[in-house]
Amino acid sequence: MGSINTSDFKKGLKVQLDGDPYLMVECNFVKPGKGQALYKCRLKHLIRGTTIDRTWKSGDSIESADVEEISAQYLYRQGDKFVFMDNESYEQYELTADQVGDTWKYVKESMVCGMVLYNGNPITVTPPNHVVLKIEYCEPGARGNTANNVTKPCKVETGAEFQCPVFVNIGDLIKIDTRTGEYLERAKE
Amino acid sequence: METPILSTDTVVDRHLDPFSLHVGSTGGRPQTFWLQTSPEFAMKRLLAAGAEAIYQVSRVFRQEEQGSLHNPEFTLVEWYRTGDDFFAGMQLTSDLCEMLLGRGPAELLSYAEAFQHYVSLDPHTASLETLIAAARQCDSPPPESMAKGDRDGWLDWLLTERVQVHLGLERPVLLYDFPASQAALAQIRPGEPPLAERFELYVSGWELANGYHELLDAGELRRRNALANILRRSDGKAVLPEESRLLAAMERGLPPAVGCALGFDRLVMLAAGAKSIDEVIAFPWDRA
Repeated sequence: MGSINTSDFKKGLKVQLDGDPYLMVECNFVKPGKGQALYKCRLKHLIRGTTIDRTWKSGDSIESADVEEISAQYLYRQGDKFVFMDNESYEQYELTADQVGDTWKYVKESMVCGMVLYNGNPITVTPPNHVVLKIEYCEPGARGNTANNVTKPCKVETGAEFQCPVFVNIGDLIKIDTRTGEYLERAKE
Repeated sequence: METPILSTDTVVDRHLDPFSLHVGSTGGRPQTFWLQTSPEFAMKRLLAAGAEAIYQVSRVFRQEEQGSLHNPEFTLVEWYRTGDDFFAGMQLTSDLCEMLLGRGPAELLSYAEAFQHYVSLDPHTASLETLIAAARQCDSPPPESMAKGDRDGWLDWLLTERVQVHLGLERPVLLYDFPASQAALAQIRPGEPPLAERFELYVSGWELANGYHELLDAGELRRRNALANILRRSDGKAVLPEESRLLAAMERGLPPAVGCALGFDRLVMLAAGAKSIDEVIAFPWDRA
């Protein structure tokens, strides 16, 4: 991959440091009165999600990371592997439970997710912001309903459980916000 | 005063990168003009021609300087008064600052005092190892590419990280008596150690102005230009012309003077409570 000079630094760059891929989330130009210009940057590890601070002198350059964002369809789960397919190349990718993270809670067959490839290998997969899932099991009606207890756990088709209002029932379709894991509304689909 | 924005002269500084314009006249030899990084060369030529107290508000240009406090095209207010000594020059800056900001007269703090107070070391005598160890204690890590022997680089890092943020939070601060290696175009006062008669005005942790008890010696300016170009070359930068009309004027005689340049955009930022220079420029660099 090519190298990136400080003069091309900006938020959103994907760079490689110590062999790992990072996203530049902040980049501040500072220059003491008559001194050396510096770029103070904050970078987020694209796999671990941790952030680090680094500073470069004007004129320095760093490696860009071979990072690509694709759309991938969820196919099926095999043991602890999750299998996705690139919507354009039809290439299939197997992700471990670790790589999938919380995304398993939201993905069902043929759902299109965002996937990040690093050096051609998948590193993260992100579901759409809103997903519609079917309730497979919950306690009936409003049993146990009191003023303090307005939600109940509902198990959906992916096997995950979400807190939902007491009026939803088995077989209902519900819309979930995947960024917060919160119930939004009942859906018709 | 108004002096040319495009000139065949430019300040020769290790860390200042002017924009150039190559003018190829029909048939004639192409000539390089420079967008001025500050109007100081032309204004000092006016002092040499007899002007006594002059100021100018001008657009200046510096390549690559873009950030929350920097725009590659910006506005400088620059003034000179002949006959002032170093302290009279600082007093004038303090008076102007008091009038503009209403935060009282500036407090004088020497570079050495500031480092003693905020970094607990003597910037003029501390060993390189001591400076580097202090730099590594900062919250953010210093650049890995900083050369071990780059004493001014380490001092600048400590100034930026551990000193500057504290300066001018209540009263404005005039930081003065810089290391001789950071004199730029200021006179060096002999002594142990010799010190550059240069000052910087700080308000709310921002550098607002920079001033010099002006260097008068043409030979010394030639030496500094040559050194700046050696360092530029080692940094992988293009060299800048060492000869200038200012040097010719200095050889004929420049009267003693103090000059100061104030970043007008930052002053507007302070007045407007802006966090980024983009807020006070109608079309900042990305949309220029």
